[in-house]
Amino acid sequence: MSWEVVIGLEIHVQLNTTSKLFSGSKLSTGAEPNTQASLVDLGMPGTLPVVNKEAVRKAALFGLAINADICRHSVFERKNYFYPDLPKGYQTTQLDKPIVGAGVVEVQLESGEKKVVRIHHAHLEEDAGKSLHEDFHGMTGIDLNRAGTPLIEVVTEPDMSNAEEAVAFAKKLHAIVTSIGICDGDMSQGNMRFDVNVSIRKPGEPLGTRTETKNLNSFRFMERAIKLEVERQIDVLEDGGEIVQETRLYNGDTHTARSMRSKEDANDYRYFPCPDLLPVEITDADLDALKAAMPELPDARKARFIADYQLSEYDADLLSGDLATAAFFEGATKAGGDAKLAANWVMGELAAKLNAEEKAIGESPVSAEQLGQLIARLKDGTISSKIAKQVFEACWAGEGDPDVVIEAKGLKQMSDSGELEKIVDDIIANNAPQVEDYRNSDDDKRKKKIGFFVGQAMKATQGKANPQQLNQLLKQKLDQ
Amino acid sequence: MHTKTLTELKAGLANGDFSSRELTEHFLARIKQFDGELNSFVTVTEQQALAQADAADQAIAAGQTGLLTGLPIAHKDIFCTEGVRTSCGSKMLDSFIAPYTATVVNKMASEGAVMLGKTNMDEFAMGSSNETSYYGPVKNPWDLERVPGGSSGGAAACLGARLAPAATGTDTGGSIRQPAALNNITGLKPTYGRVSRWGMIAFASSLDQAGPMGQSAEDCALMLQAMAGHDHRDSTSLNQKVDDYLGALKEDISGLTIGIPEEFFPDTLDGAIADNSRAAIRELEKLGAKVVSVSLPSIKLSVPAYYVIAPAEASSNLSRFDGVRFGHRCDDPKDLEDLYKRSRSEGFGDEVKRRILVGTYALSAGYYDAYYRRAQQVRRLIRDDFARAFEKVDVLMGPTAPETAFKLGAKKDDPVSMYMADVFTIGVNLAGLPALSMPTGFINGLPTGTQVIGNYFREGQILNVAHKYQQVTDWHRQLPTFGGEQ
Repeated sequence: MSWEVVIGLEIHVQLNTTSKLFSGSKLSTGAEPNTQASLVDLGMPGTLPVVNKEAVRKAALFGLAINADICRHSVFERKNYFYPDLPKGYQTTQLDKPIVGAGVVEVQLESGEKKVVRIHHAHLEEDAGKSLHEDFHGMTGIDLNRAGTPLIEVVTEPDMSNAEEAVAFAKKLHAIVTSIGICDGDMSQGNMRFDVNVSIRKPGEPLGTRTETKNLNSFRFMERAIKLEVERQIDVLEDGGEIVQETRLYNGDTHTARSMRSKEDANDYRYFPCPDLLPVEITDADLDALKAAMPELPDARKARFIADYQLSEYDADLLSGDLATAAFFEGATKAGGDAKLAANWVMGELAAKLNAEEKAIGESPVSAEQLGQLIARLKDGTISSKIAKQVFEACWAGEGDPDVVIEAKGLKQMSDSGELEKIVDDIIANNAPQVEDYRNSDDDKRKKKIGFFVGQAMKATQGKANPQQLNQLLKQKLDQ
Repeated sequence: MHTKTLTELKAGLANGDFSSRELTEHFLARIKQFDGELNSFVTVTEQQALAQADAADQAIAAGQTGLLTGLPIAHKDIFCTEGVRTSCGSKMLDSFIAPYTATVVNKMASEGAVMLGKTNMDEFAMGSSNETSYYGPVKNPWDLERVPGGSSGGAAACLGARLAPAATGTDTGGSIRQPAALNNITGLKPTYGRVSRWGMIAFASSLDQAGPMGQSAEDCALMLQAMAGHDHRDSTSLNQKVDDYLGALKEDISGLTIGIPEEFFPDTLDGAIADNSRAAIRELEKLGAKVVSVSLPSIKLSVPAYYVIAPAEASSNLSRFDGVRFGHRCDDPKDLEDLYKRSRSEGFGDEVKRRILVGTYALSAGYYDAYYRRAQQVRRLIRDDFARAFEKVDVLMGPTAPETAFKLGAKKDDPVSMYMADVFTIGVNLAGLPALSMPTGFINGLPTGTQVIGNYFREGQILNVAHKYQQVTDWHRQLPTFGGEQ
């Protein structure tokens, strides 16, 4: 009898607020260590936290996006433990009364099946700083720039039963938080970090002991870490062993995981309500304002893409999930006037290029408007699709807008049929044996053999011949 | 000059009877002369004080004065003062030069106050005798073999001996009122949230409140006027208009109803203590106040509830003193754990360690419900008791402390008996109410105080009750022989 896998996730989503959760310090990426850390962030004696209303608003917006109950008086608590990058000796977080209560996220699986993942709750909390272990000669450096960065921790029910479902859920969550504009969604910057709880059992049996693999920062690592852990648990149990409740660390580079601490080593965090902060009040009016300002959610956008652009369900799903991708697609469609072509280019050439260079769509050297212009030139026959790829490469390399590239490189399709006819005549005249061979062939073979003449013509025109026109002309001349 | 109240000194400055520099030099000289024995200051900021005094004299000459222009004031060493050591009475912060200034200090400075220095205190404000200070005990000017009370013991003693005309204090369980009673001065703990806690090193955040300590209720009113107000940097400070406290002193108190909680006069109470407070209440009756008996049945639980809640919060508040970023750091730590253990073991004194342990225990898994949650429930009961009482009365009165100043060392090894020193004051902190202590006579040459507790934000009213009393009595004018020619 096979094993049943039970997966629950905890996801830290970094909110893209202007300032930190409890201080006025700016959120920083790449600033010099400890330059974005105020007295409050340093945990100086006598300092006090003041909650960032923008963070509260963004957390509540997330709650509304997943149809969750919003707690009207959510409470911040202190989670007490010592760590050098935790300046106050406690993390200010939420426990009993989190801002976002139970909600649901619907996930589209690759099989086309729909899966509902229940959200247990989501709470607001502050991030810790960073410990730097290199370059300090046996000492540890502390950078508190990140300390106090607002996070929401989203906790799911154990509703996923394999890595694919978990990844599909994670991607959907990414789509939601980026769509409603509460998170930049840049995984490489740790904007979303996943903790995965995995257990296995025989069908019908009670839940098995679970392990938690922490701090996975890409969908790929998450998928691989889950698969690895499931295999490990199966091996342990099938060898007659027992699963130990523990926290594990996954190393994506070596594709290995190790135990970080077992349940016995777990801290007693001595949670209690933070006496420096009042409960966070959210009124009906606040909720009404948030609902009115709710940006388009991924599901609604997908439906709109299908209806407005006649995209397939599959294409719509891929293009609507990530807000930046959706915006790029819509921008290219608007500029190019062809949704299908825009979809193909965004999912094809552009995606491949971004992937190869490990770039986010926001960093694409080719803008949506440029891609639109390229599509427009394709559509109006100025260039062929083969030339279009060449133009795209040039745009990517920073050589300017498609029109500029086409002009500068003389890539306009030859539309003067007289000129092309002359070239075709020359080729036929100069390749008598091939012409002979072609003419002696049956229809099927001719279809292949015409390729030689197309190639010669393309060579002669440097690819600028309109393929359809060329084919027509060649057939006309060769078949006569 | 030092026998004048702050209010009188303010008038003297306005009249040109003396300059702020003369006034400041006078008190600095007294500190030099007498504080070697009293030990009420941890740091004297002479140069800064004189510079502030000169600036004040210029402001007076230019007619640009604030509420406190040119008046010397001593700040408890719990308030952060930029560029000046802020020790909180602890070895842990012996070398800590605060990088910023507390709101209370800033507000008073912006009203022109001159800072004389930072006063001694129980370590992290934990104590009722000022014996837990890293800088040694403060002596009581009325008897140098006795304690001044705590934790604002340095503030109360320097004021009692007139080494400063006024001082700031903080009160978590009685730390302004109990030393005020033991040193024959007037001290007010405002409503929780009336005065900003920004820059005041936290002991128990839900109880800590800064307040004025002065020679009279009028002095306290003047100081509170400068200290009170909403601060956007303190989420627990209340956004409510600040009353005119000096104006409130002009109100009539005839018809005022004084409630006497029977729990404040238990059978076990020293009869002389009870007599002094009853006598004070009779004076107010003569001024037209009515007296009724009330009951606060849950108040007997205030000490146990307090000694769960305050240590619990303290155990968390004091976690930041870990030797990593500021404060004491042990020599040559072997590893991280060694750094934590030795820095904290060396930096904290016994009473602080005791409370961290108690608080850590009270919040531990499995004990939280029995201790912390239970204590919070008791706290609600106490608050409800007071609320019921204030439906019937305007103010509540009783002794501030159950005894006069005790001998140095007398309770050192008996923490519970020490904790009982705050039996009458702690309930007020748990409820968040305002209360003051005023001098109401002596027993064997040692001062006693009586507490006046008001409803939320009725600081003006309780100051007025004390002011009316002080207009018909002169207990608050009595000075100890210590301090030279008085």
